[in-house]
Amino acid sequence: MRAKSILTLCDGPTCIYKNSRAIRDALETELKNQGLSDEVGIHISGCLGMCSKGPILIVNPGYTIYGGVTVQDIPEIVQEHLVRRRPVARLAVQEDHLYNRFFRIFGDVDFFGRQMRIALRNCGIIDPEKIDDYLSVRGYEALAKVLTAMSPREVIDEVKKSGLRGRGGAGFPTGLKWEFTARETGNEKYVICNADEGDPGAFMDRSAIEGDPHTVLEGIIIGGYAIGAAKGIVYIRAEYPLAIQRLEKAIAAARENGLLGKRILGSDFSFDMEIRLGAGAFVCGEETALIHSIEGRRGMPTPRPPYPSVKGLFGKPTLINNVETWANIPVIMLDGGEWFSTVGTETSKGTKVFALAGKVHNTGLIEVPMGTTLREIIYDIGGGIPNGKKFKAVQTGGPSGGCLPEEYLDTQIDYESLAAAGSIMGSGGMIVIDEDSCMVNLAKFFLEFTQDESCGKCTPCRGGTKRMLEILTRITEGNGKEGDIEKLERLGQMIKKASLCGLGQSAPNPVLSTLKNFRHEYEEHIFQKKCRAGICSALVTYEITEKCIGCGACRRVCPVNAISGKRQERHAINQETCIKCGQCFTTCKFDAIVKA
Amino acid sequence: MGKSITIHINDKPYKVDPGQTIMQAADKLGFHIPRLCYHPKLSIEGACRVCIVEVEGMKNYVASCSYPVNDGMKIRTNTPELRRARRDIVELILDNHPLDCHICDRNGNCELQRLSYSMGIKARHFEGERKNYDEDLSSQAVVRNPNKCILCGRCVRICSEIQHVHNLSQAYRGFRTVVMPAYNMPFSESVCTTCGQCINVCPTAAFVEKSYTQELFERLNDPGLVKVVQFAPSVRAAIGEAFGLEPGHNMEGQLVAALRKLGFDYIFDTQFAADLTIMEEASEFLERIQNKGKLPMITSCSSAWMKCMEQFYPDLIDNVSTCKSPMSMNGAMIKSYFAEKIQVDPKKILSVAVMCCTAKKYEADRPELMFDGLRGVDIVVTTRETAWMIKSAGIDFLNIEPEKTDAPLGLSSGAGAIFGTTGGVMEAAIRTAYELYTGETLVDIELENIRGLQGIKEAAIQMDGQELRVAVAHGLGNACGLLDLVRMDPGRYQFVEIMGCPGGCIGGGGQPYAGANSIPLDEEVLQKRAKALYDLDRGKTIRRSHDNPDIQKLYREFLQRPLSATSHKYLHTHYQAKLPRGIIPDRAIY
Repeated sequence: MRAKSILTLCDGPTCIYKNSRAIRDALETELKNQGLSDEVGIHISGCLGMCSKGPILIVNPGYTIYGGVTVQDIPEIVQEHLVRRRPVARLAVQEDHLYNRFFRIFGDVDFFGRQMRIALRNCGIIDPEKIDDYLSVRGYEALAKVLTAMSPREVIDEVKKSGLRGRGGAGFPTGLKWEFTARETGNEKYVICNADEGDPGAFMDRSAIEGDPHTVLEGIIIGGYAIGAAKGIVYIRAEYPLAIQRLEKAIAAARENGLLGKRILGSDFSFDMEIRLGAGAFVCGEETALIHSIEGRRGMPTPRPPYPSVKGLFGKPTLINNVETWANIPVIMLDGGEWFSTVGTETSKGTKVFALAGKVHNTGLIEVPMGTTLREIIYDIGGGIPNGKKFKAVQTGGPSGGCLPEEYLDTQIDYESLAAAGSIMGSGGMIVIDEDSCMVNLAKFFLEFTQDESCGKCTPCRGGTKRMLEILTRITEGNGKEGDIEKLERLGQMIKKASLCGLGQSAPNPVLSTLKNFRHEYEEHIFQKKCRAGICSALVTYEITEKCIGCGACRRVCPVNAISGKRQERHAINQETCIKCGQCFTTCKFDAIVKA
Repeated sequence: MGKSITIHINDKPYKVDPGQTIMQAADKLGFHIPRLCYHPKLSIEGACRVCIVEVEGMKNYVASCSYPVNDGMKIRTNTPELRRARRDIVELILDNHPLDCHICDRNGNCELQRLSYSMGIKARHFEGERKNYDEDLSSQAVVRNPNKCILCGRCVRICSEIQHVHNLSQAYRGFRTVVMPAYNMPFSESVCTTCGQCINVCPTAAFVEKSYTQELFERLNDPGLVKVVQFAPSVRAAIGEAFGLEPGHNMEGQLVAALRKLGFDYIFDTQFAADLTIMEEASEFLERIQNKGKLPMITSCSSAWMKCMEQFYPDLIDNVSTCKSPMSMNGAMIKSYFAEKIQVDPKKILSVAVMCCTAKKYEADRPELMFDGLRGVDIVVTTRETAWMIKSAGIDFLNIEPEKTDAPLGLSSGAGAIFGTTGGVMEAAIRTAYELYTGETLVDIELENIRGLQGIKEAAIQMDGQELRVAVAHGLGNACGLLDLVRMDPGRYQFVEIMGCPGGCIGGGGQPYAGANSIPLDEEVLQKRAKALYDLDRGKTIRRSHDNPDIQKLYREFLQRPLSATSHKYLHTHYQAKLPRGIIPDRAIY
């Protein structure tokens, strides 16, 4: 019997974390109890990107989206929506920018509004563990086309025509990279998929693999054909067990179906793939370090040239691309490089996936055409800043990127514009910052990460980031000195220009960009010993204003007995005893305690 | 090499060959770009970033050690901005380095010190936390002090790339990065062969030899002891460098005189024991040939090689000659034959060896080499330590009146002298083996095929119509290459010489540090040191070990004949497989 309704349940990491698997069990049980098992199909999808509203359950037809679903809600949804055909308004996600755009994409139009999904085109609409699902959305058609109708040269030309650039961060033209590797002689070459996603809070690659592993595989196989490699390796971090599991399944299914292995699809092209797990060092996302890690050596970068295209894995010509880059390849092959190049800006073609995070309504995963402005992403797709707070900055490019203030909000997303504004595209982290964040502290946070993840090989990165962090730490602790800003700039510029690899060359970016755009906050910290956001506890004092009614709640909660005062009289804080924990501030119901 | 290209350095055009790095091109043009982690014999690390230059059109600085020259390239090596960046980089190194130059082993001979001076660092800007690790004093030979390490990675590279020992690696990340053996094992429990090449290439004092100079100074003042010293062939060819001489001066006479002035009663020569080793080793070899014993026979003089063999080639134990090294043979003779001669209780003899080698410190401690409960050698000091002692005692080494070694363990043949360089043991052994085997004297005694710095050398010698195939390797990496051949094809050679250090003993881990204008293990330096030994050989009338009258006398008076029971007691030993932690036994071998 044909299913009358399809329930799509998001199986992305956030939804799993929010108990979506128990919901699935409950749904199955409830449908069985109601005798609906035959007419209602349950469809498990990869990450839908709507993480802030998870767990997500979609009922079709009708595109009703339920967010924040709990196990207890299931009987009501089944009874009301599936039996009585009355959507449960209480649980439905309201009109929402992200949802709005997103589901028009998966509807029946090919103009997609502000979001546009190329790399993630199947995430959410197919079951990532079923190769048939992928085949039903023209999966492996690109591979078939390439193997039957295109020469390797033509494949490379198509990629060049598309204008696709590396999505890992640096934005090197993908077609050129392929060409360089292809023109190397020798019959042993490698293709590598870099899935060592390491930016804190980033999950673009993870979602792409979890949601649609076959797209990535197909891209890699096409790459192998184009450059003349017989072996592909996916280097993925061991912390991504679900992605690894789905990738393993996908590889096995592809092998079973003759899409990997000897004489693929009856052609002369043979290609196989394996997965190598990384232990999670951030630096292993750098291509030479990644190669050494696969070789079983310490993951440390080596100077380029020689580039991997000439001398890569085991000394052989190697093509390395990032997950998102690979995911674009099948579309380029099917719809043509020319079509692809119509999306985006003059120099940056196609779309870019971002992990939108921070102080914005709709956090989650988005894919937008290049050229979309930061403002559109933050206010239209992201739904703006919650709690009526003021926008302060947006940080792009993860720990290697920069912070852009309000005047850059109309900057278009593309490699050059972001660089010109003082940040980078990076691999797609985007964190929105409101007035409650201290920029010095934020820069310190990112630098803590990079200095900890520095491989320790080259002096500027190893020693320089450490010293910069020490200076930042003392500034946030109220011990900043005159000259510290200049030292940060001097070290930052040197580290940027002298470091061995991209990690070091970009590590000072968060500091340098905040120094450029928020220098006054540094100066306040150093000279006025003041943190305007009230984040740096050493620079904050709590005071009780005349709003105090003397309820005593703050006095009781203070862990060091720094607050005194009689009942129904204004209390006071002994500044010498106060440890600035902020307990009184959060406890006071009358806004009588202020940070200064 | 293609057609020459034009590059501009500091706005002046130069024609250079393509296919080389900026640094190589600049060196040839007389621009010395400062550098630290770079070493011409090792892979490009690109770690220190001291050798950065500006290249027009490039956004970042370029490490000149790794970046190739291109036609039309415009390079600047000395702009104010670049100078400041370099200075900041060296400052960052100094900021995590102890400020104790005045009490450091490398004081006055430290690459970091020189670099700091040439950078013009007059103030410090970025001081903060410093690392603080314990010194690893566990090894008898090599001391590791991570606090002085600047993470240039030269030790890691020489240990793996040249020596194939792979004992060292960087561990941990970022500011906490430290060079250590696997699992942070103490050196004594690691696979370290104690060759000391890490010391030779270390720009600072992160690796130094375990020093015995203070103890030696004290015991030289003990009136109850007879103080005896021997010194290795290659010490005389290198020690002059520690006093500012060009490499290649034979300072034997000055060294003997200086040692006497330091307080030694008897000065013997390890070259004498080299002759003794040849008598035993050549006889052992002929015995193996005649009795169809295990071949190829492999030499056993190099202490680092012995430890390497026990760890990595235990399947070849029976191929290794049972002869002790010349140092240990001499030690044994000092405490037996010589003690009897001067009628002194061997326990009252202080037996010291001046060696080009750090591994000899480890060897002297080996229980396998003891006899009658005695160690043949009590204290081993390196060439470097000896030079320091001579300076510290105020002896005017360069202007001292040369003296001669003492009898009965001081007279040597030319064959003994060339022991100090790669191929020398083989050459010396053949000079004697040929005569023992054929009964005729070998006329053409200079075996050019096995001289020189090529990694693996082969030769074939006709002995009574029979072809003797020999091979020589120096540096443990080359040795591993040669021994892997032996494993695959045991019949390929009959006699193999292995020396643990590049160039043989002349490139030992205890030799003088490279000076301000030279590079550690520079081939030119090694060649000059080797030449000093070959010249020494050529200048001698006795050039075959068996012609040494004092050797003949020793056999007459004490040992009777080579491989006699007495010889076996004092001059031979057996080794056993050793498995330091971290080595997984290969079932194919054990």
